[in-house]
Amino acid sequence: MSRPVSSGRRALEGAAYSLAFPLALLGLWAASTLLAPNRFFPGPARIVEAFINTWLGESFVIDVLPSLIRLGIGIVASILLGIALGALIGSFRHVRSLLEPLLEFFRAVPPPVLVPVFLLVLGITNEMKIAVIVSGAVWPVLLNTIEGVRAIDPVMRETAQSYKFGRATRVFAVVLPGAAPQIMTGVRQCLSVALILMVISEMFASSAGLGYRISYFQRNFLIAEMWGGILLLGLIGVALSVIYRVVERAVLHWYHGLKEIERA
Amino acid sequence: MPEPSEVLLHVEHLKKDYQTAQETVPAIGDLTFDVNRGELVCIVGPSGAGKTTLLKCVAGLLAPTSGLIELDGVRVSAPPQKMALVFQEYGRSLYPWLTVAGNVDLPLRNQGMPRDVRRSIVERTLDSVGMAGTASKYPWQLSGGMQQRVAIARAVAYGPEILVMDEPFASVDAQTRADLEDLVRELWSSLGVTVLFVTHDIDESVYLAQRVLVLSHAPTSVQEDVTIDLPAERDQLNTRADPRFIALRTHIYAQIQIAKRGTAR
Repeated sequence: MSRPVSSGRRALEGAAYSLAFPLALLGLWAASTLLAPNRFFPGPARIVEAFINTWLGESFVIDVLPSLIRLGIGIVASILLGIALGALIGSFRHVRSLLEPLLEFFRAVPPPVLVPVFLLVLGITNEMKIAVIVSGAVWPVLLNTIEGVRAIDPVMRETAQSYKFGRATRVFAVVLPGAAPQIMTGVRQCLSVALILMVISEMFASSAGLGYRISYFQRNFLIAEMWGGILLLGLIGVALSVIYRVVERAVLHWYHGLKEIERA
Repeated sequence: MPEPSEVLLHVEHLKKDYQTAQETVPAIGDLTFDVNRGELVCIVGPSGAGKTTLLKCVAGLLAPTSGLIELDGVRVSAPPQKMALVFQEYGRSLYPWLTVAGNVDLPLRNQGMPRDVRRSIVERTLDSVGMAGTASKYPWQLSGGMQQRVAIARAVAYGPEILVMDEPFASVDAQTRADLEDLVRELWSSLGVTVLFVTHDIDESVYLAQRVLVLSHAPTSVQEDVTIDLPAERDQLNTRADPRFIALRTHIYAQIQIAKRGTAR
């Protein structure tokens, strides 16, 4: 089926397709800033210059790295907490009916309004910023895990029952893998929410971090630097989605194989 | 009545009602039967006779409304260790995230068996169901018949005293079905395991069993207990052409027709 020549060519073609449109937009942007200069919309060259000067020096260690570390911890904590609580709530009907109204309430609260509360309780600390990230990013994982656990095929459950699977086998060999497709959907949403909240957590009472720097640039009309920051956020988003895709393919390879056969 | 020690599975006055919002629906009326150690018993009945309900009660997955189920003298109130189940829906009973070997291995791993013991059991049982060489494949990469072989291997590897099969071949094609029937006979005689096999296929029940229990229409009871006095050596060509086979299947067919009309009692 896949001759090495054609698969190599296909990869190149794929890369060309996915790059063509961004490059075209970039060209359009460069052209329009040349034709109609505007100080709020600097050209790509100016932004790249500002990007390099702002972010790739000392600021990488002071602002970018701590932000990324908090983002990473926040994401991992959200995923672990969401899966653990979701598996628990999804497995027990009584726990679910007990907690569901409460969950609905807290899910509806927009995390940015919680920032002052976290500030009061945790102070101006890394923990506070991570708490802000988790307070929003945990929900998609939690709710999707609950749904995924609930929706596990009853025959699979009965099989586990009839072979007298212990709790650990049931959770790690049946429930979590069975809910994995849904959990991964939650993880994907979790990543974008976490990135947004990373920025927001640094906009209040902060003296370093990506969010702090970008709002600083905005307030001081350092327009190209601000755009550079936005560019960096976009790149972090792209990196997250690439990592997600690699992990997803590893975790759900069976699911994709199964779906492919079902479609055929 | 057979010797108490001979009886492996004892079902006495089993009754199961389903409770809906409006009413109580009787599924199983009054079922009493025994399965002896080492026996191969088939249960046939018209559709809607509560065959699956019966099996779920026997397997400890469903609590009966009243009555007694005993396996080897012990009351069944949860899935018993000595029993392995083969479901009709192999595609939903095998775990798609595990390989063939992983599926057969999981119940053993759950028991904390050492790895090398498990590996040899898995290899041996896969071989015994004719699935050697598929260990690293995923169930969904196999045909339906092959998947059901894997499910049977998982049940056999579990080392049960009784194998309970719920219409296991209902969704495979006729040719595959004949092969799987022979596999069940073969495993039964080579392992000395007791088999309780539920089917809606009369020919299948006569071909496989030493004894066929014909169920009545719901609320279910045992309408007839038919001893299949065919030779122990059976094969798809000769057994099915045997006049005795034809007489038995005709008899059971007539019984099922009566059961469908609900006039027997």
